[in-house]
Amino acid sequence: MRPRVTLAVAVRVLIQIRRDHRTLAMLLVLPCLLISLLWWMLDAVPGDPFDRLGPALLALFPFIVMFLVTSVTTLRERSGGTLERLLSMPMGKLDFLLGYAIAFGLVATVQSVLAVAVSVGLLGLDVQGPIWLLTLVAVVDAILGTALGLFVSAFAATEFQAVQFMPAVVIPQLLLCGLFVPRPGLPDVLEAISDVLPLSYAVDAMRHLSASPTTGEVWRDLAVVAAFALAGLAVGAATLRRRTA
Amino acid sequence: MKNAVEIRNLVVVRGRTRVLDGLDLDIGGGVTGLLGPSGCGKTTLMRALVGVQRLASGTVTVLGEEAGSRALRARVGYVTQAASVYDDLSVTENLTFFATVLGVGGFEVDRSIDAVDLGGQRDQVVDRLSGGQRSRVSLAVALLTEPELLVLDEPTVGLDPVLRQDLWALFHRLADAGSAVLVSSHVMDEAERCDRLLLMREGAIIADGSPAEIRHRAGAVDIEHAFLSVVGGAS
Repeated sequence: MRPRVTLAVAVRVLIQIRRDHRTLAMLLVLPCLLISLLWWMLDAVPGDPFDRLGPALLALFPFIVMFLVTSVTTLRERSGGTLERLLSMPMGKLDFLLGYAIAFGLVATVQSVLAVAVSVGLLGLDVQGPIWLLTLVAVVDAILGTALGLFVSAFAATEFQAVQFMPAVVIPQLLLCGLFVPRPGLPDVLEAISDVLPLSYAVDAMRHLSASPTTGEVWRDLAVVAAFALAGLAVGAATLRRRTA
Repeated sequence: MKNAVEIRNLVVVRGRTRVLDGLDLDIGGGVTGLLGPSGCGKTTLMRALVGVQRLASGTVTVLGEEAGSRALRARVGYVTQAASVYDDLSVTENLTFFATVLGVGGFEVDRSIDAVDLGGQRDQVVDRLSGGQRSRVSLAVALLTEPELLVLDEPTVGLDPVLRQDLWALFHRLADAGSAVLVSSHVMDEAERCDRLLLMREGAIIADGSPAEIRHRAGAVDIEHAFLSVVGGAS
């Protein structure tokens, strides 16, 4: 591990993102627009459903967006030969992955702060818990997306395949995370499955924050999500091979 | 001088084909050309030298160490056939990034950019450069550390003749300064520029010597005819 190299990777990725104006706009504006769409959709529905669904979506959007962006960017690095070149240099695998995680983590932070600001400030989302903790959960979700994106990019040969991983990895978690049916109400097998999916904990944390000012359970959920993200990075490191066939 | 590269009984299998089947080869100083048709195993051999190729058996020793070992990573430069640089970064940004990874500084970045004659394009994004300029950026990355072994996979494809001549002059300057330079090409007319030539076909070295020796042995006027005559004699 060399911090200088990790930092160089992070700076390089940030320069690349900054240069790609369209991606940057999508990263920062899209989650805000989608949250606003949800608010508008539910505006006339009685019973404050936005307060119920909004927090879950604040957990989902950063996860999905970062998953997609990371899996495609890393794949580009693999297929463009730059990854092979880096691995033939004195570059630690962890330096590479952490550099990416830091760069995308920063982008995710800005993205989440914007989405939370729009939801709470503009759209009147009612949050009982501390708002900074809500933002922190969103950032950790985004890092989870980054970690899983890095991981699946190892199993995709083309960008087209990488995008297909999104329905395979993301949608089952979306269905089982408690957004559609509260998790205790799921059939036993599905509830057990949802217990081992990281997004369930992210949504639980958001739900809890919006409904209660206590934070103990939130920290526990957050720790689970962070553990999944770290495990994803570790497995991602194992998929970076210096020697290939 | 001890050989920069010593290959013993190297076997590489990709899919179901044995791309290299029991290859023995030593490579010393100077500019060594690896010539052969595309698909003959040049790239596989070069990947084995830099330690990114999975080997079925055999040994590859580079500068006294096992190919691809940690100690070699800053001592061996490798330029792949496709330019392995970031299209969305400028020339300087690319080189600065790789320089940090390699642990060298701004002086080496400037020296590399000058060596490949891209001083006028240094702030341009690589995406906007021509194909030849992009491959020179990729080459510049390999020159950052003045590597003791420089492995170049078809570095002069698609370049204009003047630039090609300049690059060959650069390879010889590097070789004179003490680097072992291995250059592959499928263009036979580049053969005359090498100190030593290796003609390769179907995973085997079919001729080895200076360009003059190879021509003389085959009784041919140029390397292309020498290649044909060696292949004809073998079959």
